[in-house]
Amino acid sequence: MDKIKNSPPAIKLTGLRKRYGSGDAAVDALKGVDMTVWPGEVVGLIGPSGSGKSTLLKCLGAVIEPTGGHMELAGETIYDGASGGWKIPDLRTLRRDRIGFVFQAPYLIPFLDVTDNVALLPMLAGVDNATARQRALELLTALDVAHRAKAQVSQLSGGEQQRVAIARSLANHAPIILADEPTAPLDSERALTVIRILNDMAQQFRTAIIVVTHDEKIIPTFKRIYQIRDGKTHEEAGEGRTV
Amino acid sequence: MINLAGRDILHGWGKFLFTGVGLGLLIGVTLSMAGIYRGMVDDGQVLIDNSGADLWVVQQGTLGPYAEPSSIRDDVWRGIAGLPGVAETGNAAYLTIQIQHAGIEARVMIVGMEVDRPNRPGAPAYLTAGRPVLAGHYEAIADEKTGLALGERIRIRRHEYVIVGLTRRMVSASGDPMIFVPLKDAQEIQFLKDNDALLNERARTAANPAFNRPGVPGLLEAVQAAGAQSRMVNTVLVRLSPGADADAVANEIQRWKRLTAYTRAQMEDILIAKLIATSSKQIGMFLAILSVVTAAIVAFIIYTMTMAKIREIAVLKLIGAKNRTIALMILQQALGLGLIGFLVGRVASGLWAPVFPKYVLLLPGDALRGFAIVMLICALASVVAIRAALRIDPAEAIGG
Ligand SMILES: Nc1ncnc2c1ncn2[C@@H]1O[C@H](COP(=O)(O)OP(=O)(O)OP(=O)(O)O)[C@@H](O)[C@H]1O
Ligand SMILES: [Mg+2]
Repeated sequence: MDKIKNSPPAIKLTGLRKRYGSGDAAVDALKGVDMTVWPGEVVGLIGPSGSGKSTLLKCLGAVIEPTGGHMELAGETIYDGASGGWKIPDLRTLRRDRIGFVFQAPYLIPFLDVTDNVALLPMLAGVDNATARQRALELLTALDVAHRAKAQVSQLSGGEQQRVAIARSLANHAPIILADEPTAPLDSERALTVIRILNDMAQQFRTAIIVVTHDEKIIPTFKRIYQIRDGKTHEEAGEGRTV
Repeated sequence: MINLAGRDILHGWGKFLFTGVGLGLLIGVTLSMAGIYRGMVDDGQVLIDNSGADLWVVQQGTLGPYAEPSSIRDDVWRGIAGLPGVAETGNAAYLTIQIQHAGIEARVMIVGMEVDRPNRPGAPAYLTAGRPVLAGHYEAIADEKTGLALGERIRIRRHEYVIVGLTRRMVSASGDPMIFVPLKDAQEIQFLKDNDALLNERARTAANPAFNRPGVPGLLEAVQAAGAQSRMVNTVLVRLSPGADADAVANEIQRWKRLTAYTRAQMEDILIAKLIATSSKQIGMFLAILSVVTAAIVAFIIYTMTMAKIREIAVLKLIGAKNRTIALMILQQALGLGLIGFLVGRVASGLWAPVFPKYVLLLPGDALRGFAIVMLICALASVVAIRAALRIDPAEAIGG
């Protein structure tokens, strides 16, 4: 593992818990998750349906609030269940600048064209329109959807939409990328392309990446895999095949 | 940063435009309402301006001649004409009647004016066609709104009049077009009894021993002749000489002549504040209700439009858009809707204004005020939608 010893882990979770609802209807989706991801690492997250993979990513992405445990990003405590919850006031800025999220569905903005869906992220962070669109176009080219750059999102196929969503998650060069089954609607060749791009990002920008997947073809590419079962994670070594 | 509101509008512009046009028709009604009020005020204003008078001398204690009946003798002008500061006087008689012409009924105001000299107060200020009334009888000048043409003959009560001139925007305080006739004719129309009443009156006078004295030949005839003539008018219009003080002359007339005299400012107050006070309150009430209805509709439209975008707003929040960005998007759409609505409303009110039977005066100032109010209403109405949008929990709006 090519981590720099004196830099803190990009993600460090200890005993992270998430309970949905309360009383009889309560669901304990996460029952104490421990996880460490270093900058520049692409880590797999696998587990049966309903095991809490999406829940874990949403907690990490500050989309939902955990109900216990501890969460650190780049050495900074973001959440601490023992001392009242979120430790930073502005979760949206955190999401905008530090986390790229690929949701399980693309969730593109239908009234923006493909380029602006990707460029919107840097624009929200204050990048000027031309630079943001330039960056968007580069990402769309890398993900093989540049020919649809001016199209409306409703005119794209499911796989194309997903690739645009991946491009969007990369657009702000966030130090953390959370991808929830990013390759599910893609053919295996394109799925491997996505994984290669994520690996390149990790290499080039020292991005920490978590990829949730069921895909038998891409699981062997991870060097490290977290298996989630009964609301807890179990670390496994992966094959780390090059793509 | 791109304009999210604009992009969303362009994406579904047909729906947006359609909604805007609907709102615009409502705003058009509101603007027309204001125009109707302005038209009423303007009717009063042109009545004052076009009478060519600086003072109105009327029966003591009345608000005549337009707002209340007033009748004074037609020779009081002699005493007034001699006062310092008075340049010209003119008797005038006013009477609103229903006339029938070419099968169409219309309400008109008959104005009796002095025709012995040109340009006496009371005559129309300008003609759009034809010539002034020259004959002492049975010639008339009509406002274009009556639909009468030059040379046409029109029957008013017992006599036929020929239209010798046309004028424009000469209307009564309630917007009825005017027909100008010689004073003597107007007096006859207004004060004279019909033949039956006349015969009746004569018989009664003849039966009265006080008037029918065998020893005084000619008395009965004299009394009867006096009864058959009218010596009354509604007002004496006074034009002042340049530099004369209207209030001073008015005071002078009131002091010596047992009459009431109104200056232009006072007449404006009577016509615009007093005469149409109830109507303008009525319109004000209507305007208030329309504004509330518009606000409610805009609020509802914007709310619906926003709720249709819950998913997009959730995604915007997820990728880190600030509340300000989201609120601005909704606000801009509300203002955009208001802008379209206002433009459509302004055009619509202009298009249908001439079709209204009474004068509808659309003032640019009112349009500007209307625009500001529409924008304010839209901004306020968007608050409900903005609050709802900011409450959206992004985690709930997305699945998996
Ligand atoms: N909003 C919610 N309210 C209540 N329970 C929830 C909620 N979201 C998820 N759950 C429950 O939490 C558990 C974990 O769900 P989660 O979506 O994290 O699973 P997952 O591993 O992503 O599954 P999949 O592979 O099907 O996407 C499930 O039992 C699910 O029913
Ligand atoms: Mg899931």
